This record gives sequence, C-alpha cells and structure tokens, in this order.
Amino acid sequence: MKRDWSFWLAANRGPLIAAVLSVAMFTLFASQHPAGFSLNIVNTAANKGALLAFVAIAQTIPVLTSGLDLSVGMVFVLENCLASTLVVGSPLQTALGVAAVLASGLLCGALNGLIVVVGRLQPIIATLATGAIYYGIALLVRPAPGGAVNEDFADFITGSVGDAVPFSLILLVAVVLFIWIPYRRSVLGRAAYAIGSSEQAAYMSGVPVARAKFLSYVLAGFFAAIAGLLLTGLTYSGEANALLGGSYTLSSIAAVVVGGTSLYGGSGGAIGTIFGAFVLRTIGDLLFVFDMDPLWQPLFLGIVLLISVSLGSFRLLRVKKRVDLYR
Amino acid sequence: MTGLIGRVDKALVAALGFIVVLLFGGALYSRNFLSADYLLQQLQVASFLGVIATGAMVVILLGHIDLSIPWVVTIGGMMSTAAAGRGGMAGSLAIPFAVACGFGFGIVNGLGVAYLRVPSMIFTLGTNAIAQGLMVVHTSGFAPQEFASPTMHYIAVERSLFGIPNAVWVWAAIGGATVILLRKTSFGRRVYAIGNSERAVFLSRGNVNRVVVACFAISGACSAFAGVLLAGYSTKAYQAMGDPYLLPAIAAVVLGGTSILGGRGTYLGTVAGVVLVTLLQSILSIVQMPEAGRQVIYGSVIILMLLVYGRGQKVVS
Repeated sequence: MKRDWSFWLAANRGPLIAAVLSVAMFTLFASQHPAGFSLNIVNTAANKGALLAFVAIAQTIPVLTSGLDLSVGMVFVLENCLASTLVVGSPLQTALGVAAVLASGLLCGALNGLIVVVGRLQPIIATLATGAIYYGIALLVRPAPGGAVNEDFADFITGSVGDAVPFSLILLVAVVLFIWIPYRRSVLGRAAYAIGSSEQAAYMSGVPVARAKFLSYVLAGFFAAIAGLLLTGLTYSGEANALLGGSYTLSSIAAVVVGGTSLYGGSGGAIGTIFGAFVLRTIGDLLFVFDMDPLWQPLFLGIVLLISVSLGSFRLLRVKKRVDLYR
Repeated sequence: MTGLIGRVDKALVAALGFIVVLLFGGALYSRNFLSADYLLQQLQVASFLGVIATGAMVVILLGHIDLSIPWVVTIGGMMSTAAAGRGGMAGSLAIPFAVACGFGFGIVNGLGVAYLRVPSMIFTLGTNAIAQGLMVVHTSGFAPQEFASPTMHYIAVERSLFGIPNAVWVWAAIGGATVILLRKTSFGRRVYAIGNSERAVFLSRGNVNRVVVACFAISGACSAFAGVLLAGYSTKAYQAMGDPYLLPAIAAVVLGGTSILGGRGTYLGTVAGVVLVTLLQSILSIVQMPEAGRQVIYGSVIILMLLVYGRGQKVVS
C-alpha cells in the first residue's frame, strides 16, 4: 500500500507542485492586497484564472495525444463574438444562444479533428491555419467591437453563488467531475494517453487511434467555447481581437507545461493544467500588489515564465545514460 | 541537369504551380499585375519575409520551432534605430549591433533547447516574452522617436543594381549562403541528420548540442536582420512590428515542402513558399477583400495546399 502512495506522488509531481504553488501565491496575494481579503478579490481572481484555465484545458487534451491546438485562442475569440450576438433576449433565447455557442465550439473542434485525423496534416500547422479561418469568421460576426449579452446571465456566470463561492470555480469543478474524470476513465480518454506515449504501439494494440484523436480536438473546441462564454460574461460585449486570441493560445501552452503535462504527450492532465493556469494568472496579480513599476512587469513575467518552464530540467540530473537525453 | 530535375520535389512543383495560378488570376483582375514594377515590388516585400523564413527553416529542419521570432524582429528594428539615432560611430555600427543582439537571443534559445532540454516551443515562447519585456522597458512604453540610418534605408528601399531592389539582393545573398551551408558542409548534413534522428547523430559522435545552438543563433540573427530591413523600409521601429511575421514565415517554410517534424526540406521550396505567401497576401489586398474574408481564404489555402502534398504517412504498423 505504501508503494502505491509513493508511485502516485511520483506520477503526479507536476500537478502537485503547481497546486501548492498556486495556493501559496494566492494566499500571499490575498494577504498583501491593500483592500484586504474579501469575496470580491477572490471572485475577480477566480474569474480571471478560470478564463485561462478553460482555454488551457482545451489545449491539454490534444497535447496529451502529442498533438497541439494553436487555434484554441481564436476559437475562444470567435465564441466571444458569437455569444455577444446570440446570448441575448428572453431566458429561452439565451439558453438557445448558449447552446449554439457551445455547438459551434464543437464544430470548430470537429473541423480541426477532421483535418488532423482524416487529412493527416501536422496538428501544429493545421490548427495554425484553421486559427486564421476562425479569426476571419469572428471578424465577419463582429467587424467592430460591441454587441450585448443577457446581463442576468452574464452576472450569474461571473458572480458568486450564495455570496460565498465564485460560480466560475464551481463550473471548473463541475467540468472536472462530470467531463474530465469520466473522459479520463473512458476508452477514448485512455486511448489519448496511449497515443501520446506511442502512436504505433497504440495502433498495434487495437486502440481506436482515429476516434480518440478526433475527440480530443472536439473537446478542445468545446472548452474554448466555454471560455468564450465566460469572457462575454465578463466584458458584456464581443471583440474580434487577434492579439487576445494569440496571447491566450500561447498562455495556454505555458499553463499546460507549468501544470505538469508533457508537451511530448502521454502524461499529465486537466487538473494540473487548472493549477498551472492559476499560477500564471496570480503572478500578474502579485506584481500588482507589490507595486512593481508597470514598465518592468512584462519583463518580469517573461523571466518567471522562462524559469518555471526550465525547472523541469532538473530531471536531467536523474538521467543516467547520456543517450537517453536524445530523441 | 537530370539530377536536378530528379531532385525537384512534389511540394516545390505544387507551390510553383500555385504561384502561376495566382499570377494568372491577378492578371485577369488587373493588367498592372504582371508589370515588372509590381512584381519587383512584391519581391522586395517578400525579401523581408524571406530572411525571416530562412532562419525559421533552419530551426524547423532540426525538428524544433522558434516562436521568439516576433520580438526578436522587433529587437532588431529597435536596436538598429536606437543606435542610428545616436549618430557617429554608433550610427555606422547600427546594423551589426542589431544583428548581434538577435544572435545573442538565438544563442540563449539554443542553450535552453540543447542543454536544458526544454521543448523549443515553450522555451522560445519564454524568451519571446523576455524580449518583449526588454523592449517595453527600452521604449518606456512609448513609440521610440529614432530614425533609420542612411545605410538601412539604402539596403531596404533603394534599387542600385539593374533596377532590382537591394533588399532582394540581400535576400539572394543570404539564401545562397544558406544553400551552401545546408548542402555543401558537414554542418548542414548534420542539421538534416538531427531532424531525422537526434539519437543517431549523438551515437555517431556528432555534437548535437553545438549544432542546435548554432541553428537557433542563425534564426535569431536572421530575425533581427529582417527587423533592421523593416525599420529601414518604414524608417521607424515600433512595438510588435514582428508580430505579423511569425505565422506567414512558418506557413511559407511548410508550404515549401519542409517537414514540420524536421529532417526534410529544400531552400528552393522555402523561396517558393515565401513568394506564394506574399503574392497571396498581396492579391487579397488588391481585390479589396475585407480582412475577414482575407483571413478565411488565407487559412483555407494553406490547408488545401497541404492536403494536396503535405499529408503525413498513415500509421499501419
């Protein structure tokens, strides 16, 4: 029994480090905040963190199959634009709008999946190109920033339930419990890990490679759409902002890595990614409460990002044969 | 000659074919499209992307990727205009100084990827953020007020030999040097070998790490030099001036038949890819396609072209 425990610790080292780091950093942030610890601070931090967390979960699943989805940021922006047009009016209309936004996220993901699985293009370049397409559609939907959203709905998804727990956190937990864990335990979920470890071995073992890869991109589109809805709730409007999409795509990769998922695929998971996203978001908040000159903030953020991704290099010390370093 | 034809790959033929289609379509729209002046202007614009794509290709051949291109381009532009703004000795050294800055960033990238074994995608993402941070501090968040030196203007804008833009000559020189480096030196052979199997190169006593560092350094220097050309072309450097070049550069390299997994690709293909991407962008702006349609068509064309010749092997065993 003791050995199981140590194995679990070793297998989940990355997510655990990210979890401890994010909790420690958030405690520091909340204790140093000039306005003191309050629900408002927690809610704002949770919303900002959840926004990146959903995009990063979207990124995690293709990465597990040793793929990559460079279009998640653009799907996120596209769904923001769609939501600012569709999620309006009566409760029924709003619900239909939400469904439509989520469905179009699934559709974007399905297109990516088709191109990668059936078209057999490299995911990195295929999703780069579809990202441009999704951004184009976002511009088509919303040529100028603006639009509106059902404000009751927006306040609900960005507010807190019972004046205690931010809804965005509940949503994250729900996604983990009702989508991620069942997926992780399903045939196609385990297949995703198998493909990431060795696609050939997975294929030879009768793992449904094509279906598992396809599903991973579909899920990516779905989670990016949830993030798009959340952004619309925060801003009450939509904007086809290419810079925002690009920065979310890149931050999502960073969050995946900080959360302990290997970019080569086959190990990691969405739970670590969530903590990774919160770590990245809290760094910015910490710089704010410690009153750092805004001019120096981007440089400091860059250095922290570079150091945190380089920390994984300590594993090199455990490599016994130098040839194992090379792929 | 037959050897040359034998080596010409499907990707190059398809890319060249598509260039002809684009030129033909453009000519149907406007007669000016096939004029020497317009085509030379396109080549001049293409040469900026071409210099960046050269560095991107060398790194992609290794099986890595350089995502720090956008802000290293910006560093090249800003450092050269800053040095030129000082005048005198610093002004005359503006170009080598800027290229050296990019070279230094490339070395850092290479060290991280080769020795720390951090995946290149994430390490160069980090150095890109640092480059951005440094430039924000350098300009104090404002638009820098410096101007390009006469030399920068000369090589980026003017046409001195046979009426061909100097920038095209510069690209040709860099391209020629790259072809020799990749095809005629043991270094170049090793670049392709690493792209195919790093482990095999290590086991045959090749110094993998040094080659990786050198390739990233080339990429950094190329990006910074392209920044110098861009600053000379528009006589100013500005924040995020390199952002619109990362995706077209990668697209150009891949459309030219270089495998994104490394180990396979020709420089001639990259040249074709650069011309293709530049012409496509130019035509879409000439027919006054709104930005939305431009993005959709741009993405669709890349996908369609790759579906024609860039498909991977089917996993069968």
